[in-house]
Amino acid sequence: MANNNLSVFDIAGRAMSAQMLRLNTTASNLANAGSSSSSEATAFRAIKPVFKTVTQAPGIATVQVDRVVSSNITPTKRHDPTNPIADKNGDVWDAGVDSAAELVDMIESARQYQNNVQVLQTAKQLTLDTLRLDK
Amino acid sequence: MANGETLFGLSGTALQLRSQRLALLASNIANAATPNYKARDIDFNKALEAATSGNGTSVDQAARGALGYRVPLEASLDGNTVELSTEQTQFAENAVKYRTTLSFLEGRIGTIMSALKGE
Repeated sequence: MANNNLSVFDIAGRAMSAQMLRLNTTASNLANAGSSSSSEATAFRAIKPVFKTVTQAPGIATVQVDRVVSSNITPTKRHDPTNPIADKNGDVWDAGVDSAAELVDMIESARQYQNNVQVLQTAKQLTLDTLRLDK
Repeated sequence: MANGETLFGLSGTALQLRSQRLALLASNIANAATPNYKARDIDFNKALEAATSGNGTSVDQAARGALGYRVPLEASLDGNTVELSTEQTQFAENAVKYRTTLSFLEGRIGTIMSALKGE
């Protein structure tokens, strides 16, 4: 066990960081959901983290964010000539964000964050109990 | 008997295995959202049997030998086989059993201590 130093605390702690990053991307996606742009290329697209397993020993693994990618949801073209940023045809592009999916994602990552907190609490309690073994 | 066996008996080995299984189940829960992650678990009885067989198998080796992949009740599209309900119940069960083993050890240490003090 000496050379694979991935304890329960590392496992759950790093999973919490990954879930927190996912929650952050969800927050920025939702914040930008109502934004529009003057061209399809510059319109906001939802960003998503890609999770990757980090294995130390067989079965002992935690998770990290490999990279953050832009989703392939195409921004919606909307005809709005009164908008000051509309192009010469009077069109604007609304951000490519699926708000419902983002909300579901938000709940899922919050739940999984809580799961890891629970794991951490249990592990902490058991470790403390073991330390107090001869009392 | 293997080293350390005489003092703590079966409970010492069992506690080490429980601790390893705790880390394993924590890994499964940590990877609940990772695509293509395959959940793993230790066959506890098999590992304990191997570790206490007395043929020099270390606890680490015993745990590795009893390692298997979890068969999911329902396959998911992203290839992930972690089912949180399963993992959480297993984790809770393992934590309770760890605590149980700990109280066995407490009793044993108490016995040894009173024998040492000769009261």
